[in-house]
Amino acid sequence: MIEVRGLTKRYGAKVAVDDLTFGIEPGRVTGFLGPNGAGKTTTMRCILGLDYPDKGTIVISGKAFRDYAYPMREVGALLDAKAVHGGRSAYNHLLCLAQTNNLPRRRVGEVLELVGLTEVAKKRSNGFSLGMSQRLGIAATLLGDPKMVMFDEPVNGLDPEGILWIRNLMKTLAAEGRTVFVSSHLMSEMENTADHLIVIGRGKLIADCTMKEFVARASGAAVRVRTPSAEQLIRTVSAKGATASIDDDGAIEVRGMSAEQVGDLAFGENIRLHELTMVRASLEEAFMELTADSVEYHADAPGRPAGTSGRPAGTTGQHAGTTIGSGV
Amino acid sequence: MATMTTAGVKLSALPSATGRAGLRGVIASEFTKLRSVRSTYWTIAALIIVSVGIAAIAGFGIASNLHSNPQNKAGLDATQDSLIAFFELGQLIIAVIGAMSITSEYSTGMIRTSMTAMPRRGTVYLGKLIVLTSVTLVVSLVTSFIAFFVGQAAMSGSGVSASLFHSTTVPANVIMSPPAGGPGSGPPNVTFQGTDVISSGTVLTAVVGTALFVTVVALIAFGLGAIIRHTAGAITSAIGLMFVLSIIIQILPENWRWDIMRFFPDAAGRVISVTVGSSNPHLWSAWPQFLVTVIWAAVLVGAGGYLFRKRDA
Repeated sequence: MIEVRGLTKRYGAKVAVDDLTFGIEPGRVTGFLGPNGAGKTTTMRCILGLDYPDKGTIVISGKAFRDYAYPMREVGALLDAKAVHGGRSAYNHLLCLAQTNNLPRRRVGEVLELVGLTEVAKKRSNGFSLGMSQRLGIAATLLGDPKMVMFDEPVNGLDPEGILWIRNLMKTLAAEGRTVFVSSHLMSEMENTADHLIVIGRGKLIADCTMKEFVARASGAAVRVRTPSAEQLIRTVSAKGATASIDDDGAIEVRGMSAEQVGDLAFGENIRLHELTMVRASLEEAFMELTADSVEYHADAPGRPAGTSGRPAGTTGQHAGTTIGSGV
Repeated sequence: MATMTTAGVKLSALPSATGRAGLRGVIASEFTKLRSVRSTYWTIAALIIVSVGIAAIAGFGIASNLHSNPQNKAGLDATQDSLIAFFELGQLIIAVIGAMSITSEYSTGMIRTSMTAMPRRGTVYLGKLIVLTSVTLVVSLVTSFIAFFVGQAAMSGSGVSASLFHSTTVPANVIMSPPAGGPGSGPPNVTFQGTDVISSGTVLTAVVGTALFVTVVALIAFGLGAIIRHTAGAITSAIGLMFVLSIIIQILPENWRWDIMRFFPDAAGRVISVTVGSSNPHLWSAWPQFLVTVIWAAVLVGAGGYLFRKRDA
């Protein structure tokens, strides 16, 4: 159980996290979503005490992280898989971490076996692939059998097998009653893993809801209809308060009304329908829509009309082609 | 939550948590860190090779020089001649160990992993300090004694070598007179006047004191490392402080530059290894001068510790 209250963190003049409040419950996977630069890593660093908040409080089951007798038994965190001394062997890396919390030495061998690195335990980690480094980082988080695990973009750079492995691991850890908090800038990663979502953009909270609620918000946004009596249908649904638009190939998109309502109305008016479809916006689209205003840098990609993001004028000069805002 | 199975692997239950993770675990961890990277061994090997190797070369050189120029025996400080490479060059190598014991954590990013495992930063810093001090003290003492013994062995037979087990003497002054057949007809006559007695205690103080001095230099570099958090920057500033500062100050007038130099951290190295005659009259004696170095180390280590706790990692 992590409680973040009014967290604010500035780096110089830049506000990385702005009055952020949310809670993370045990027994489920909580996804931490936001575009690059939204403040996810900063929030995690503040939770761990690596960075000091300018304002706000963070407590883990009622205490600050550093006040726990054995911090590694409380939280296992992997923020950066490459944050190891590359000249040290995997075994010694884990051993020096275990020793700080008086954890038994045998634990090192066990977590190495768990993540499948036993064969390279004596090898220096600077020869490791990114996937192996991620596994080593995860081994470190599990050393203390923690009540809570925290991963920052854990699947970045992993092959499909590695991604599946991490997903299953997170689900297993949550099923064991642990708190699992995992960040990503891609909705698709969360789709199959997270039970709960915290969405932030530009350091501010955008959504704090279950995955189900998020799916509900995303789907059924529109109903697509084809009919020979297009004008009549548009008139009918508009009269009932829905909005409708027609595209080039004759499909009408109705918003603000369910497929059932549209079908019943058409039936009552004797309008023949050739198609009646729920348009399910993908979770990715819903996420993009939610965070569009808060994307840090936009690329001038085709298909994204300038100015749709509603960003403050002061930041429009930045057009680095590096992110999610570029119309994935 | 005692056991967990993933991918068919079972983790054994951890012993129940009693007490609190503290300095003892951090010291074990920091020792593991130091012994598990190659750079530690390379640097220690370099320290010993340079210090002992130059002591041996200097010893043979002095022995051969005395053979043809016996007058140079007067006032010869055999102990200092064996230790000079250790405290002049060795201090630079030990500075690398001191600085890197903290800056390597920043250059690799390991510091974030370390602080996540043990978020009580004061404990981490103190643990690092204790391990560095212990290891460099042992390494310095060993190096100092080996350099002394090897250097003296190389000089043995020339009648000037010092000893840790009994007093020795060297001539205090030398009087040179022309040979019987007049100037140029042969080597001059060498007559010595008075003797300096070098007690074994004085020699022991020089050997141990030099090791202590070099250890404190490692701590100065450690403090600089904690402040600067960058390996090259920390080593450069340590060299600047211990080496370059005293060279730059040579441009100042002789009559008062020593009044400044006695407050420099490297001054102790010049007096602590002296066993013959009076040391540099412009500097304080060995231990007060050593205290100056210790104060430098204390201030830098203290400032480094403050910043280590206060800054974002």
